[in-house]
Amino acid sequence: MLDSLIFVLGGTLAAATPLIYAAMGELVVEKSGVLNLSIEGMMATGAATGFVVATMSGSTVAGFAAAAAASMLLSFVFALLALGFLANQVAAGLAVGVLGLGVSVMVGKNYEGTTISPMADVNLGWLSEIPLIGPTLFSQDIMVYAGIFSVILISWMLNRSKLGRIIRAVGESPEAATAIGYPVILVRGLAVLFGGAMAGIGGAHLTLSYTPLWAEGLVAGRGWIVVALVVFGTWRAPRIAAGAYLFGAVSLIELFVQGLGFEIPSQLLSAAPYIITIIVLAVISRNPRVVRLNHPASLGLPYLRTR
Amino acid sequence: MSELLSLRGISKIYPAVVANDAVDLNIGEGEIHAILGENGAGKSTLMKLIYGVIQPDAGEIFWRGVHTQVKSPAHARSLGIGMVFQHFSLFENLTVAENISLAVKGSLANLSSRIEEVADSFGLPLDPATLVHSLSVGERQRVEIVRCILQEPRLLIMDEPTSVLPPQGVELLFHVLRKLAASGCSILYISHKLEEIRTLCDRATVLRDGVVVGTVVPADESAPSLARMMIGHDIPHVSHDTATANGKVMLELNDVTYTPEDPYGTEIRSVSLQVRRGEIVGIAGVSGNGQNELMRLISGETRLAKSDSGVITMNNAQVNNWSPERRRQLDFAFVPEERLGRGAVPDLSLGFNTLLTAHRQGLSRFGFIRFDEMKSRTDKCINDSDVRCGGDAARAGSLSGGNLQKFIVGREIALAPDLLVLSQPTWGVDVGAASAIRQTLVELRDQGMAILVVSEELEELFEITDRLVVIFEGRLSAPLATHNTNVEQVGQYMTGQFDAPLRSGAVA
Amino acid sequence: MWHLVPRTQSSLRAQILVPIAAIILTLLCGAVMFTLLGKAPGEAFYAFFISPFTTRYGIGEVLLKTGPLLLIAQGLAIGFRARVWNIGAEGQLLMGAIVAGAIAIKFELSDSVWLLPSMIVAGTLAGAGWAAIAAWLRTSFNANEILVTFMLSSVALQLLYYLVTGPLRDPMGMSFPQSVLFGDAALFSPLLEGTRVNTSLWLALAVTVLAWVFVQRSMPGFKLLVSGLAPGAAGYAGFAEGRAVWVGLLIGGAAAGMAGVAEVAGPLGLLQRNISPGYGFAAIIVAFLGGLHPIGIVFAALFMALIYVGGDMAMVSVGIPNASTTLFQGMMLVFYLACYVFVNYRLQRPAGKVAASHGISADA
Repeated sequence: MLDSLIFVLGGTLAAATPLIYAAMGELVVEKSGVLNLSIEGMMATGAATGFVVATMSGSTVAGFAAAAAASMLLSFVFALLALGFLANQVAAGLAVGVLGLGVSVMVGKNYEGTTISPMADVNLGWLSEIPLIGPTLFSQDIMVYAGIFSVILISWMLNRSKLGRIIRAVGESPEAATAIGYPVILVRGLAVLFGGAMAGIGGAHLTLSYTPLWAEGLVAGRGWIVVALVVFGTWRAPRIAAGAYLFGAVSLIELFVQGLGFEIPSQLLSAAPYIITIIVLAVISRNPRVVRLNHPASLGLPYLRTR
Repeated sequence: MSELLSLRGISKIYPAVVANDAVDLNIGEGEIHAILGENGAGKSTLMKLIYGVIQPDAGEIFWRGVHTQVKSPAHARSLGIGMVFQHFSLFENLTVAENISLAVKGSLANLSSRIEEVADSFGLPLDPATLVHSLSVGERQRVEIVRCILQEPRLLIMDEPTSVLPPQGVELLFHVLRKLAASGCSILYISHKLEEIRTLCDRATVLRDGVVVGTVVPADESAPSLARMMIGHDIPHVSHDTATANGKVMLELNDVTYTPEDPYGTEIRSVSLQVRRGEIVGIAGVSGNGQNELMRLISGETRLAKSDSGVITMNNAQVNNWSPERRRQLDFAFVPEERLGRGAVPDLSLGFNTLLTAHRQGLSRFGFIRFDEMKSRTDKCINDSDVRCGGDAARAGSLSGGNLQKFIVGREIALAPDLLVLSQPTWGVDVGAASAIRQTLVELRDQGMAILVVSEELEELFEITDRLVVIFEGRLSAPLATHNTNVEQVGQYMTGQFDAPLRSGAVA
Repeated sequence: MWHLVPRTQSSLRAQILVPIAAIILTLLCGAVMFTLLGKAPGEAFYAFFISPFTTRYGIGEVLLKTGPLLLIAQGLAIGFRARVWNIGAEGQLLMGAIVAGAIAIKFELSDSVWLLPSMIVAGTLAGAGWAAIAAWLRTSFNANEILVTFMLSSVALQLLYYLVTGPLRDPMGMSFPQSVLFGDAALFSPLLEGTRVNTSLWLALAVTVLAWVFVQRSMPGFKLLVSGLAPGAAGYAGFAEGRAVWVGLLIGGAAAGMAGVAEVAGPLGLLQRNISPGYGFAAIIVAFLGGLHPIGIVFAALFMALIYVGGDMAMVSVGIPNASTTLFQGMMLVFYLACYVFVNYRLQRPAGKVAASHGISADA
């Protein structure tokens, strides 16, 4: 019992990490007033690209870098559509999402079903040697800890730094931001690119550490759960991270329950994350005041500067 | 006075209109210079050009004698040009200090103390840590002014600054502006209010249809002579008899108390109000004191929740839970404050925008749209209200603000309602059309319509209303007979002193 | 710099040219992609876009796939016009298929003429009912319908897996995850000799006519459009926002559910794990590519069906990877959205020079 609990704890950290990267990216994008629904496609592209490059080069770092770059390229297409061509952001997100899924299959087609040796775990000295929790909580790969760090960093950036104020200002009122001299489209564009890179890194963590293999459809709806997480966390980084860990735990429940010997249809367990997402979404969204206070006011609205 | 800013032959052309046509303008150091012109004369365009928000199509700008291209607002600020916008460029979810830090260099802590310093020295109290959404409109203007002053500008542009202030607030603002001018900062003051300009400004450049009509010393001019320069003829006067009868009560609010769902909204507190057939009732007040919430409660766009209280009666029916559509079936029509996206659908044609509220009056049958009827009614509305547009197929969003306003007011009047509620009926409309609208309202009143008007223009309310109430922080004053009160009393009511007595003074 | 200026009227010419431009741009990109894959673009294009028309069977397959795409896209487009983003048509399709399939299995031996009609009605209601969950959560809890409809799709898929491996599995099927074959009374009858096209195509065409009347001529269609374009104006005019959400989702769900019936009572004839090759998602692209217009959607559905069939043929004959179908779908929507800007805007030359004509849209 205790063993499996600790296993779930450790697994939660690993399972949540891809979500955390992508969600932190999406948080910044949405705070700047842009709704990018193509996370699923960007994560898939990152997952495939990272896997292929890491396999070919033998370097995990190169894998992550290539994943970030590839997804950033996709997010650039999204930025062109949504910011340059004033396309409806929902439609643009769906379009780029489909494109990303197609790209991922193309990129990974010669590697379908192959595996890679997972990333090395870091040694945190005495922490890693604590009985029981040491080998699970404190012996993960470096990207797990970097993910946690990114939550702190993004939270600080958005709330405490001038950059964060600019992003929030652009997301709240692009007209006012233009009037006082901020280049709204540029700020939003950079936010979208950042979001793309983060989604790519998240995707690559799936194939390079969590699974670690490449198969078509491996992202399996995580990109949409990321979008939901940003709403769950009411656009606040620590809450989003908490949601991601909760979600990581839920996704392991299958293994945990089977370990305990319950008989539940596996399909119900597979559907559980989605059902739970729907319920939590309804509960959080129910209070319009909470949403209004944190929701970027111009989220999803196209902006054209008058000249 | 040496020239701080010179514009030579500045032109700006939009697809539908020449906003500025070869404009020349000279502003001296330490001068308070007015740009006078009516709605649509090109004042705001000129300001945006000077502040670098938009770029001119022709002409040159000289800043302190040097030929300069103002590339962006940031560039303008670095030159020493500051601007206070009519619709503020503030962010509601940020604090006062955070807002200011977006335009002024320095750490937040350092800025906070400088904000308090400047605010105190000009008599404009401000708390740097407050979130902007909790501030009143007047306080927001202070934030904008303090933000500009902190940049130590050589030129401060003020765009229609008094439209958000009660009369007493205007005096404080003028005091601040004179103090700034005395310290050497020039002020470019945009307004269409003649008396203000005569009181405050050293010189005035008058714009009409994008062209400079002349530059004058306003103190040497009379209000009528300035008006003639501004609009080309005398201001038409609305003929106004006193209300005829104590007609039937068409709208009644009885002790309505309402807490909005939007945390940034204004609570409505124990509001009671009656509007009868054959009278025009006006609601005066600085914007943001609950006018919007009150209008939505009357129109039915928001309805009283269980936790709220009070009764809304329309044409004898208790309508608390009625949808806007059902209320409209009681011959109620409404002109909202926002034209685009509420009064009209920007992406649809004027024809479909007529259908929006007139579908019940023969424009649809058995659930199908009658396109011929729709077109003929739209064409009639365009003609009757003198809407300048490309016909009934023109997108509503392509019309100028004033023309769209004329269209919406005309459309609602054409419904021939028994109860007509209008929010800012002449907002953005030129002087001629505005007085035509006012004249129509008076005539409709004489025919027995019950009319409720919300306006920030006190002059307008004094011109057409029979009774006036004032709204302040979600509360309504007792009604005042318009012919029996004056600007001073209403002004005091606008700051919440509902018990202020009527003092002698010129009735506006 | 060149910049965009709003048009005073949206350009009808651009509306027609935009999807054509999107298709041409997609083909150009496809040519580059085929070349990179080491395939001759001419050969690949032939396999993709011409070869399906060279056989009776091929034409039949294109029409067969047009049916569900057309049905679903007509329903979705009505919602999209109201900015109700139902992206879970795949799940609504599955629910329609499951319920219709359950009826067919329950009355396996029936030869009643009412069996198929009752399957159609029940399947349509099941699709609408699945979408109704999203409508209810949106109107009562303010839950984002994009996320809810997507999540519900995944749930529906798991439900299907559960049923075909458990309660609805053919007991004689050697534990294959599939149901018994439906009886003849539970199947649409063939329409064209030598093809798999069946009478469900008439359903799709009938829905298209209804959609055209609803969207172009009716007051409820207008109200829905206003709710999407300007929610504030809809509230002002008294068109209830909740109603738009309900109507948009129910119509989309019903159409998808009907498409699900057409699949299981058509080419499949049983319940199995794979019911739809992503029609629910492809129909989103069809709806946009058709300009959210009932007539445009007919052409878009035909083209999308061609890509499906051509993709299969190109994979077999030229060895083009199957994923190129997905890539084409994505590219088409990307280019469509990019070009669509010229419907409502035109490019203007830098200040001081003569404004560009609206012909720009044609070259984009």
